[in-house]
Amino acid sequence: MSHFARRIRYVVKRLLQAIPIVLAIVILNFLLLQLAEGDAVDVLAGEAGSATPEYMAELRAKFGLDQPLPVQLAVYLKNVMFFDLGYSFRHEMPVSELILDRMMPTLLLMVATITLAVGFGIFLGLVAAMGLNTWRDTAISIFALITYATPLFWVGLMMIVVFSLNLRWFPTSGMENFAMFYEGWDRVWDIAHHLVLPTITLSLFYLALYTRLMRASMLEQAGQDYVTTARAKGVTENRIMFVHVLRNALLPVVTMAGVQVGALIGGSVIVESVFAWPGLGMLAFEALFSRDLNLLLGIFLLSALLVVAVNLVVDIIYSTLDPRIEVS
Amino acid sequence: MTFWKLFARNRGAVVGLAILILITFMAATAGIFFPEDPFSLAGQSMSPPGENGFLLGSDSLGRDVAAGIAHGAKTSLLIGLLATLVAVCVGIVMGALAGYYGGIIDDLLMRVTEMFQTIPSFIFAILLVAIMKPSIESIVIAIAVVSWPAVARLVRGEFLSLRNREFVQACHTLGMSDIRIMMGEILPNCLSPVIVIGSLMVATAILIESGLAFLGLGDPNIMSWGFQIGAGRTLLRSAWWVCTFPGIAILLTVLAINLVGEGINDALNPRLRERS
Repeated sequence: MSHFARRIRYVVKRLLQAIPIVLAIVILNFLLLQLAEGDAVDVLAGEAGSATPEYMAELRAKFGLDQPLPVQLAVYLKNVMFFDLGYSFRHEMPVSELILDRMMPTLLLMVATITLAVGFGIFLGLVAAMGLNTWRDTAISIFALITYATPLFWVGLMMIVVFSLNLRWFPTSGMENFAMFYEGWDRVWDIAHHLVLPTITLSLFYLALYTRLMRASMLEQAGQDYVTTARAKGVTENRIMFVHVLRNALLPVVTMAGVQVGALIGGSVIVESVFAWPGLGMLAFEALFSRDLNLLLGIFLLSALLVVAVNLVVDIIYSTLDPRIEVS
Repeated sequence: MTFWKLFARNRGAVVGLAILILITFMAATAGIFFPEDPFSLAGQSMSPPGENGFLLGSDSLGRDVAAGIAHGAKTSLLIGLLATLVAVCVGIVMGALAGYYGGIIDDLLMRVTEMFQTIPSFIFAILLVAIMKPSIESIVIAIAVVSWPAVARLVRGEFLSLRNREFVQACHTLGMSDIRIMMGEILPNCLSPVIVIGSLMVATAILIESGLAFLGLGDPNIMSWGFQIGAGRTLLRSAWWVCTFPGIAILLTVLAINLVGEGINDALNPRLRERS
């Protein structure tokens, strides 16, 4: 079989493997919705102030809530397939529209965070591995240990105290300054200015993670046979480090970056609610406060699907980088 | 004896243990030093640390920050330990069944584990607590639900490698029941990695709990560090101490538990340490 055909087959296989997980997540979502006290009609009746039992029964029939569970599940599956995630009665908007509205800020924050965390993590891990057991290595290890133990929301608040309230370097909250009516590059600059503190806060934990991973990965690769071979051939130590070892050591870090996307979404709920960053995390926080379960479940579903998708993409990229993966 | 010697070789672990003992002492004596309800008005509101008889200041409702930290220590340790205990038990059962029986049971259980690992855990925990209404039980359940897969995978791996060993075959010939072989013979042989992962999970559980409480999903009747920070964030401009000190308490506790966990790892798997 040609190499290309094998690649296609691998991609298709991975896609098929993702289907049961996606299905299971959607069903879990449906079950959680059932588990919650009260349904959409109770919420509507509560909003309206008073509703007769007859009217509520009529509404339930209209929404199909009087049907047996399997039927409701089938309807739910069909709705999700067409990206209909229900209606948010608080915002008086379909959940899917709300989510799409708030998607961009979160993606912006996440891309900035991953770039910063992976970039700096690789750099710090490299520095630590090259100066093994020196003061640099120790300092980086202690830094990793402390960031591992710090709650994100607290870091965010302390950042605000130091850099926003005392030094006045960065704004305390929001994504842009609407009052200034910036346009073009001024607006980009304004958003970037607002982005700094949330990105640093969210990336700290992952920075520590990637640093540790990169350090371990470099040390592991440095003990491999091909390094000895290169050394025997007379390749310089710098070339061995930066060309041979570094390239191989990067692989686990790339995979980990994919695996961590789920945790990153969780972290963005905290960071966005600290900095009032108007993304999905902030939306989830608002939904929590207004007891808007439909919306919360929609965000949950979308983030779970996002994780599946990212893992799929990372797997495929990874198998391109390292063809040995397909064999196993 | 040897365990303690190996543990003490790791200086960080000893420091961690000392901090942890102090925090446990603080939690145990919270009711003696701060007999009042930590939610009650204790004096002048918005007092800076060291003034009006407040060691660490007071918040906008005149609540004593120090009392809150002492009582919050109980909550954090209690929820951390309980949630870990539940997660470890569930993880052991799932992992043991999957690893011991293999085949379809293994496939099925591992698919479930994989699904739970795919779901973004913090949002899942938020959802579970929001649906079950915030209380100690719902928080413990939510944290346990998002933490057990790691234990299950670990235990499964250990069971897979142990189930065909000679001592297990000997048990089969003796006619022991599967449950007795699993729990009485194989499990004790893989307890040390479970203890290590469990000790680190307590730290994660405390972090999750504080995050939930910060978002307003804590048990409303119980003081916790996350709640203090969440309630104090609006006072950031005028009373920095309300948020700062409970955060330091979380940081120290989690750091101490992580250090102790690493020390236990060194002590239980001494060969691993010498290799690295």
